[in-house]
Amino acid sequence: MSQLEIKNLHVSIDGKEILKGLDLTIEQGEVHAIMGPNGTGKSTLAYTLMGHPNYTVTEGEVWFKGKNILEMEADERSRAGIFLAFQYPVAIPGVTVANFLRSAINSRRRAENPEDKGIAIPEFRKLLKEKMAMLKMDSAFAGRYLNDGFSGGEKKRAEILQMATLRPEIAILDETDSGLDIDALRIVSEGVNALSGPELGVLVITHYQRLLNYIKPQFVHIMMGGRIVESGGPELALHLEEHGYDWVREKYEEVA
Amino acid sequence: MEEKPKVVVSSRSRRSETAAREFAFVQADIRAGVLSEYRQRAWQAYTRAAMPATSDEAWRRTDLHGLPTESFRLPQPGAYEDLPPVRADLLRPLADGQHGGQIILLPGGATIDLDEKLAGQGVIFTDLLTAEQKYPELVTRMAGQTVNPEEGKFAALAGSLAQNGIVLYVPKNVRVEAPLHSVLWGPGAYAHLSHLLVLVDEGASVTYVHESASPDEPGLDTLHAGLVEIQVLQGASLKFVELQSWGKHVWNFSHERVRVERDAQLDWIFGAIGSHLTKNFSELDLAGQGAQGRMSGFYFTDGNQHLDHDTQQNHLAPNTTSDLLFKGALKGRSRSVWQGMIFVAPGAQKTDGYQANRNLVLSDQARADSIPGLEILADDVRCTHGATVGKLEQEPLFYLKSRGIPQAEAEKLVVEGFFDPIFQRIPFEGVRERFQDYIVAKMSN
Repeated sequence: MSQLEIKNLHVSIDGKEILKGLDLTIEQGEVHAIMGPNGTGKSTLAYTLMGHPNYTVTEGEVWFKGKNILEMEADERSRAGIFLAFQYPVAIPGVTVANFLRSAINSRRRAENPEDKGIAIPEFRKLLKEKMAMLKMDSAFAGRYLNDGFSGGEKKRAEILQMATLRPEIAILDETDSGLDIDALRIVSEGVNALSGPELGVLVITHYQRLLNYIKPQFVHIMMGGRIVESGGPELALHLEEHGYDWVREKYEEVA
Repeated sequence: MEEKPKVVVSSRSRRSETAAREFAFVQADIRAGVLSEYRQRAWQAYTRAAMPATSDEAWRRTDLHGLPTESFRLPQPGAYEDLPPVRADLLRPLADGQHGGQIILLPGGATIDLDEKLAGQGVIFTDLLTAEQKYPELVTRMAGQTVNPEEGKFAALAGSLAQNGIVLYVPKNVRVEAPLHSVLWGPGAYAHLSHLLVLVDEGASVTYVHESASPDEPGLDTLHAGLVEIQVLQGASLKFVELQSWGKHVWNFSHERVRVERDAQLDWIFGAIGSHLTKNFSELDLAGQGAQGRMSGFYFTDGNQHLDHDTQQNHLAPNTTSDLLFKGALKGRSRSVWQGMIFVAPGAQKTDGYQANRNLVLSDQARADSIPGLEILADDVRCTHGATVGKLEQEPLFYLKSRGIPQAEAEKLVVEGFFDPIFQRIPFEGVRERFQDYIVAKMSN
């Protein structure tokens, strides 16, 4: 069973420390949620786990499958089984969704076997068609330029489509609910739930409790001032829904 | 044929201290034959014109200082026999379907192949020397018609001394389905001077691919100076694909102009990846009412290459449409220049002109200059332009890498995506594939 183990993670951007000693362990098959007010470092955690070059790790380790992934490039982390659904997916003009996904799949195959010829076109088409049907996406979507001119809902659905196609073992969903209306939220959540199971560990990063009505976590963590300050079960999210973050601030502000 | 538009030539070249030295060519190098009067005139223009210097506006960004003028010699007949043979991959069809004809121009020779059926329909597709012998009237009707040798030193040089060339004539209302293909293969330390003449007669249509190439021969000094003169007569249609993959030691110069007459159409595609230095003047004359011309350019430079494309879209008649898109990527310490002009003549009302140049600079030492221009002398027109120079950005690359795509592959995807709008304009799968191969080759070296 793979697990992602974050130990005493300290991260800075431009010399300013954002994460100040974060510990968290996610097992495959578990769904965790990290909640917290804006500016506490939730997205920094997501980007750092994926290996964005702007985030400097000053201390700590992140273990996955026997390796400290902090020493790996973003593409190696992805191929190892880590996935980040971006809060703001990036447009790649001129590159179609299909072409992009085929490149991503083939990169995995070539990393395993440099001689690999790549996925056969009919096999790829079938796979894509199946995943797109699951997410109720129009087939024309595959021919559009990736995230270029996509609506908020389309972007998030495209993220889940990528997740469905690449089959990660640990998926980090960074504010996946932002910018979604209720219908899009339901489709995206259903997609995530369909992919959930003993093979997938999920870390949902969210500001609001709303998404957790659809994606049910077993573990809820509250983040404040660059570290996790409270952990509990689903009831913790409901408590936040009712009482807001003020009590957390009062309790931990001096720490931050 | 409609009345010929006046080509205004402003000669700004003046002798200056920064000019390169003169070539070693002599008047006796002029070939005798049906074009000798034209060639003598061109020679006079050649001797009058100074070597271009950076004080000349058109040459401001392209310095010929290093041009080893005195070392260039013209190839003798049969010179190709001792030189590297033409690369086989250049002979494969690029446009849809098998070739209707193929010509390979070699230093001091040529091989010619034309489908008998096309020959039977009156299509002429042959090399310049053969055409001078067999079709003297046609050749005199075509040479000097769209490019005036007075337009520049290199135009005059190619006009007076061209050793090689193509003559393509498509008779009235003949629609040639199979594409025609020519390769100018220029190995060796020579001056390759070429002259292309194309006349697509009224109501005719044809696809023509012309490719200039040579092997990389470091240490050699090789020159190409070329003229391209094309006329697309009333209601005719030409798809013209022009590719250059000269070796990285080649100094490459060309003056090209296509005149498009009433209701005629031109689809002109450029692909440039080779040469040490290129200065190319490409002009579109929309000479008759309703004429349309599209120009699409692909270039990719690396090392210390310098490619300078000077384009001009001349709207000389009402209701004419032009649409230019040039896109280029740069690596290493290379440099590109694109200087474009849309000119709308007085009275050319209801003109629709567009030009855009986009550059993607892939290294800190590379530099792209992009200079659009408009000169509009009519009042009821729509002309737009755009020019951009951008860099490879971190966020798209990180996004692709986060999906498992390695850095080099991610860069390639972004670059391919950048060029996609050019691919979308190219009606030939083979040409698109060639450009994709160019990208792979440039990205991986």
